[in-house]
Amino acid sequence: MGVVERLVLAVEKPLKEAVWDCRMCGQCILHSTGLSCPMRCPKNLRNGPCGGVRANGNCEVYADKRCVWVEAWEGSRRLPVFGDHIHHLQKPVDWQLQGTSSWINLATGRDRAAPKGWADERP
Amino acid sequence: MNGPSRLAGLLREGHFAVTAELSSSDSADPEVIWRRAEVLRGSVDAVNCTDNTGAHVHMSSLAAAHLLVEKGIEPIMQLTVRDRNRLALQADLLGAAALGIRNLVLMSGDDVTAGDHPEARRIYDLDSMQLVEVAASMRDRGTYLSGRKLEQSPSFFIGAVENPFAPPLDFRPLRLQKKVRAGADFIQTQLVFDVPLFAGFMATVSDLGLADKVFIIPSIGIPRSARGAHFMREKVPGLHVPDGLVARLEKTPPARQAEEGVQIAVELVKAVREIPGVAGVHLIGIKWEEGVVQVAEAAGLLPRPTLSPLATVGGHR
Repeated sequence: MGVVERLVLAVEKPLKEAVWDCRMCGQCILHSTGLSCPMRCPKNLRNGPCGGVRANGNCEVYADKRCVWVEAWEGSRRLPVFGDHIHHLQKPVDWQLQGTSSWINLATGRDRAAPKGWADERP
Repeated sequence: MNGPSRLAGLLREGHFAVTAELSSSDSADPEVIWRRAEVLRGSVDAVNCTDNTGAHVHMSSLAAAHLLVEKGIEPIMQLTVRDRNRLALQADLLGAAALGIRNLVLMSGDDVTAGDHPEARRIYDLDSMQLVEVAASMRDRGTYLSGRKLEQSPSFFIGAVENPFAPPLDFRPLRLQKKVRAGADFIQTQLVFDVPLFAGFMATVSDLGLADKVFIIPSIGIPRSARGAHFMREKVPGLHVPDGLVARLEKTPPARQAEEGVQIAVELVKAVREIPGVAGVHLIGIKWEEGVVQVAEAAGLLPRPTLSPLATVGGHR
């Protein structure tokens, strides 16, 4: 890791961890998920909630925590922009980017690189 | 290679489909699977083989589904993203196709903490939506997720799941829409006990134009006892069992509770069948295949139709 990335991370990591409980996946989609980090979901679901959400809106796994995706849906309804991005089909996580700077990956386009066999939408 | 999915053919011909869940097996003896599946023969169109259901270890769905293929009973192979990464998932999908398995139901799966190995590492390398996309790409574009070509693509009939009863309720139909866009051909829902809530979900699904794009098959549970219903209400993630239903079974003498459970399931089948966009029912009698047959009989779902030789095959709905 170069000096520039270390400097960026010195700002990005504490900020995003403090504000969004960020897990540093390096491919941030917070704007598509109502500013609720999907990597906090114990199943790492990036395309919507699982079927196990409790009737009170809490997580199947952590009974005392709100479901990340219940928060994502509510958050996306409140966002003035990007609200419909919650309907986008999110590509599989690139685990090689774990711990890297999503800001740099956004700038370089690295976070948008999908596997060659990935088709965003069916014909 | 075996022929195409018979279930797909029946649904595309407009038949009201009946599927059922096979109890999972903890036996190394294939006879256990065959004996239970034999009860269902002729009463249902296809049989779900579950994948470590409730996050408890059982015989793999791939093996169970293949055992059914051997006996000429059409399987639906469930596959969760909980226990396998993207390499293992694609390997099993291709293997399933080669073993004559055509119908899939792809899902996230109950979390490991719900099962008998709560200390296990959960995988979730892909999510269920992405797995639907990957299976559809293997079929339609003949490639793995990496982009590498398959020598022969599989002809899957791709199923997914939806829980109309779990929050966020108004996102559920839209999540289903997303699964259809990812490539789902049919949907099996979580168990329906609350018919008005399910009807509301289906109305939104129809408004979104999805009822014409995907076959929606609600699951109907067959409670065998008040204790069983109580267990489902307390222990099964994402399941909403109304108090009234448990009370109805509790008021019934123990010796007659199974009969009452069948009656409840029959009433539910008849109710959901009236809802526009419902393409079939998926019957679940936990370790009780005989209950499935009784419900199919009493709900007027027998005999099962035969497939016309002209049924369309392959591709999307």
